[in-house]
Amino acid sequence: MTRYFSEDHEWIEIEGDPHALRGTVGITDYAQGQLGDITFVELPAEGATVGKGDSVSVVDSVKAASDVYTPVSGTVAEVNPALADEPELVNTQAETGGWLFRVTLSDPSELGSLMDETAYKAFVDGL
Amino acid sequence: MSEYDLPDDETSDEPEELAPLLLPLDAWHRARGGRMVEFAGYMMPVQYEGIMAEHLWTREHAGLFDVSHMGQLLVSCEDGSPDAAEAALEAALPIDLKTLKLGGVRYSLLLDEHGGILDDLMVARWPGGFYLVVNGATKWDDIATLRDLLPDDVTLNHLEDRALLALQGPEAFAALERHVTGDFPLSVTTFMKGGRFRIAGTDAWISRSGYTGEDGFEISVPAEHAATVADLLCAEPEVRPIGLGARDSLRLEAGLPLYGHDLSPDTSPIEADLVFGINKRRREQGGFPGAERVQRELSDGVGRKRVGLVLEGRQAAREGADVFAGDQKVGALTSGGFSPSLQRPIAMAYVATASAAPGTTLTIDVRGKRLSAIVTAMPFVPHRYHR
Repeated sequence: MTRYFSEDHEWIEIEGDPHALRGTVGITDYAQGQLGDITFVELPAEGATVGKGDSVSVVDSVKAASDVYTPVSGTVAEVNPALADEPELVNTQAETGGWLFRVTLSDPSELGSLMDETAYKAFVDGL
Repeated sequence: MSEYDLPDDETSDEPEELAPLLLPLDAWHRARGGRMVEFAGYMMPVQYEGIMAEHLWTREHAGLFDVSHMGQLLVSCEDGSPDAAEAALEAALPIDLKTLKLGGVRYSLLLDEHGGILDDLMVARWPGGFYLVVNGATKWDDIATLRDLLPDDVTLNHLEDRALLALQGPEAFAALERHVTGDFPLSVTTFMKGGRFRIAGTDAWISRSGYTGEDGFEISVPAEHAATVADLLCAEPEVRPIGLGARDSLRLEAGLPLYGHDLSPDTSPIEADLVFGINKRRREQGGFPGAERVQRELSDGVGRKRVGLVLEGRQAAREGADVFAGDQKVGALTSGGFSPSLQRPIAMAYVATASAAPGTTLTIDVRGKRLSAIVTAMPFVPHRYHR
């Protein structure tokens, strides 16, 4: 399992065999800390085709609504069913149980433009 | 991930090229972990531990807000006669000062000649004149407008050397009373009354008023004593510092409009449902800027009104979202967000009068999705003023 990070503060955890890669996407712990108390998460439709960088989800906090961009292209395979009743999971478990959606990758080469954990940490430290 | 509709300036159309100014408590906020943002031309704390926790703490205990960005003004007469200042202020504002006793505080409106709202403000009768508190983002324009309206023998002083703190919540009285001395006990100040007291070795003007719907106080002190007073109050077990984020969600629940969002030169007091801000004698007699429109709208009615909306579900709608009755657009949101106390989204909107009755079901367009909402009488959370 390998985890990548985007400059827009999404994480994606990749699994599966090299010919059918699947990624689980969420926002980073840094991002949830910036947003504050999350009150609602609008998730993409299962089966939707999404392109890298598309706004596919919206995270509502007390103060603002924020776009979440998919870090890779593909098809939405699953959305996190727990978030309908417990959107605060994105605060308390941003990089585990607060995941947003799973996507089947259509172009795994896109992962090359993302950061690893060390690079993302350095990126955040520089903000 | 990117944010839109962040807490923004009180007026969105004002160019903000200048570097933000620092408030007297800037270092105090930073030392307490306040996340600083630019607001109304100042760096201000949007939150400390988190908006939700701060909001709920204020509703249950007491929160300390730094509102030193607001304009504190003193209107007085050079020869010390209150009558000239009173007459001059009545010509500028739709307020009845004859019924405002010493120490009394009253909500008022600064209107343009067409009856549009330039600002909302508080007016108190002090021993030496009238003390006004105006919004931070509009204070420079307000000062210019008032100086234009006031005759030469009436002086308007901008009390720039004073800080303003608000202590709000059901335990605010208990926390403040321990530190206040004066000619009379703090308990004689009931809602919208104030007086001169001493706190932390300095003179303070304290009034029982605020912007949360809770019992509470607004405390004007010399800027150099602000940190001492803030430290003293925050050392009390009931008190925590509260940022702008919770200030906004608290006032929204209380149904209180925010200038630059729910009020603007394009809205009239009648549309804004702020008739109480135009005192009865003035409604009848007129003689203030915009009186013609106010009197016309009071007799003929208005085409749209500011209303409260409670949304179904958990998704919030924000300022600018269009409001529909069926397929017809009937208005737009001027404020909106998730209510921490009610645990559901609420909003304020201007809607066509035909759609403004409480109980009316409307829909709100949020990024192409229609959210259902019911027109609801405000406040959303009952006021708990100490009258």
